[in-house]
Amino acid sequence: MAERVMMKGNEAIAEGAIRAGCRCFFGYPITPQNEVPEYMSRRMPEVGGVFIQAESEVSAINMVYGAAGAGVRAMTSSSSPGVSLKMEGISYIAGAELPCVIVNVARGGPGLGGLTPSQADYFQATKGGGHGDYRLIVFAPASVQEIIDLMFEAFVTADKYRNPAMVLADGLLGQMMEPVVMKELADLKMPPKPWATTGMVERAQNVVNSLGLVGEDLEKINQRLQQKYREIEANEIRFEDDGTADADLVVVAYGTSARIAKSAIAKAKAEGKKVGLLRLITLWPFPKQKIAELAKAGKEFLVIEMSAGQMIEDVQLASGGQTPVHFYGRLNGAIPTVTEAYQAIMKYMTGKGVE
Amino acid sequence: MERVFGRAAALQDRVNHYCPGCTHGVIHRLVAEAIDDLQVREKTIAIAPVGCAVLAYNYFNCDSQQAAHGRAPAVATGVKRVLPDRIVFTYQGDGDLASIGMAEIVHAANRGENITVIFINNAIYGMTGGQMAPTTLPGQKTTTSPFGRDVKTMGNPIRVTEMLNTLQGPAFLARVSVHDPKHVAKAKEAIRKSFETQVNGQGFSMVEVLSTCPTNWGLAPTEALKWLETNMIPQYPLGIFRTPEEVAK
Repeated sequence: MAERVMMKGNEAIAEGAIRAGCRCFFGYPITPQNEVPEYMSRRMPEVGGVFIQAESEVSAINMVYGAAGAGVRAMTSSSSPGVSLKMEGISYIAGAELPCVIVNVARGGPGLGGLTPSQADYFQATKGGGHGDYRLIVFAPASVQEIIDLMFEAFVTADKYRNPAMVLADGLLGQMMEPVVMKELADLKMPPKPWATTGMVERAQNVVNSLGLVGEDLEKINQRLQQKYREIEANEIRFEDDGTADADLVVVAYGTSARIAKSAIAKAKAEGKKVGLLRLITLWPFPKQKIAELAKAGKEFLVIEMSAGQMIEDVQLASGGQTPVHFYGRLNGAIPTVTEAYQAIMKYMTGKGVE
Repeated sequence: MERVFGRAAALQDRVNHYCPGCTHGVIHRLVAEAIDDLQVREKTIAIAPVGCAVLAYNYFNCDSQQAAHGRAPAVATGVKRVLPDRIVFTYQGDGDLASIGMAEIVHAANRGENITVIFINNAIYGMTGGQMAPTTLPGQKTTTSPFGRDVKTMGNPIRVTEMLNTLQGPAFLARVSVHDPKHVAKAKEAIRKSFETQVNGQGFSMVEVLSTCPTNWGLAPTEALKWLETNMIPQYPLGIFRTPEEVAK
């Protein structure tokens, strides 16, 4: 039976993970995601899971490595400076091809930054962050309900590809309360994990590893990884298309700024403006093809981000210079208002002479 | 004819890559013998470090994970907590455990994680080519202390086992050496006891093993054994520091 409850974003991260079959959580306190470890410390014992408050973010992600390597669904959560510390471990996890989930309830940076929401970790989430050629599958929820849904998707997709997945939220999503329909603990179709280090009873040795000392061997490992990434790109791109076909201007946004953009677009539409929304649900894989098609059809783009402009580079790349790509962003710590987003939309509609 | 000596089942039939005269080979064997003695090989998971023993999974005949530099105790914690009935051990050098991984070892010990740590102390960084380690002796020349370790600017050697012995978490702590057969026998006993501690669910155990690095010390293998005995043991006294029986009192 589905229950409808009022829930905070951070609690939804935790409960969503548990209902997705996560049975161990390793974390370290950092604002604005502290409700995640706090919630896990209460709930994990109830479901027979493991909770450890690690001595650091570095330890937490390496505990995830160990547990994921042993074949269970494991996760950690943190916020921007803490996620930077986890990057070493994330690179190893990607190299060892272990499935797990990393949550970033992002805040402003660089450095210690502040506690207010930000989307300035886009590059770190989608371009690597740690060393080496690797990719995370990055999900970007825009509501508390979607947090619950995407926590499930993140674990399933991570298992499917033996790849770490990240859920990239921000402090606003983490702290906001919304009604959600809580799913029953689904029939968890956990794929078999014959590679896991569970003790070598009646089988050959399993080794969880990311070492490739021979150059050509390491290249082969990387070629296989790249092949996997192409497969993910072919199968896992997710976005919400809200009226882009009829639009002259397509707003591209994700997470909190997409919510704001949605209200601004509704206002512009009410005035007869042809503006649509392409809301990204996966940031990587990125909907290159979709953007290329829209550009080919002559649509201009407006990227709205809570950063100095990071995702705009991917939109520009995908649109291939066929049509203008505009940008409206508020820097770390500031959240654009609906009015500001509306004004940005009107500015570029005006510029296009469609007033 | 009765066979009285052979390769431990927990060791793979493979030539190792360690330098001539390095005592890693001896220590690997002692670990493997302990695993064999306790008949836990099929449920053992080894955590390999970064450094000379990075390929430990090629030598130990059990499931293995390779950890990032210094993070083996955190990785072992992750494995052990989700598979509490398995035997999990880390095998770490002094740079790995006492420098970059100091936080991980202290907190794993303090939590009383029911894992076993084999800590190889040879007073130098081996794999990276002989740089100063936290365990390098005062006055000892390395590639990054070319005039000898000056304790005024570089600090004193860290006695890890004594330091962990201030915590309430550990159940078994020992420091042994493998510079002669008598001490190898004692080391074997301590390593076995450390695994036994885990099998009995008694908590965190660590054996610090004084080891040689003839290559980076610039000594012949026999001279290296002598150097260990003469120089390292006074700095790092041998002995059993704590046993589960003492903890229980």
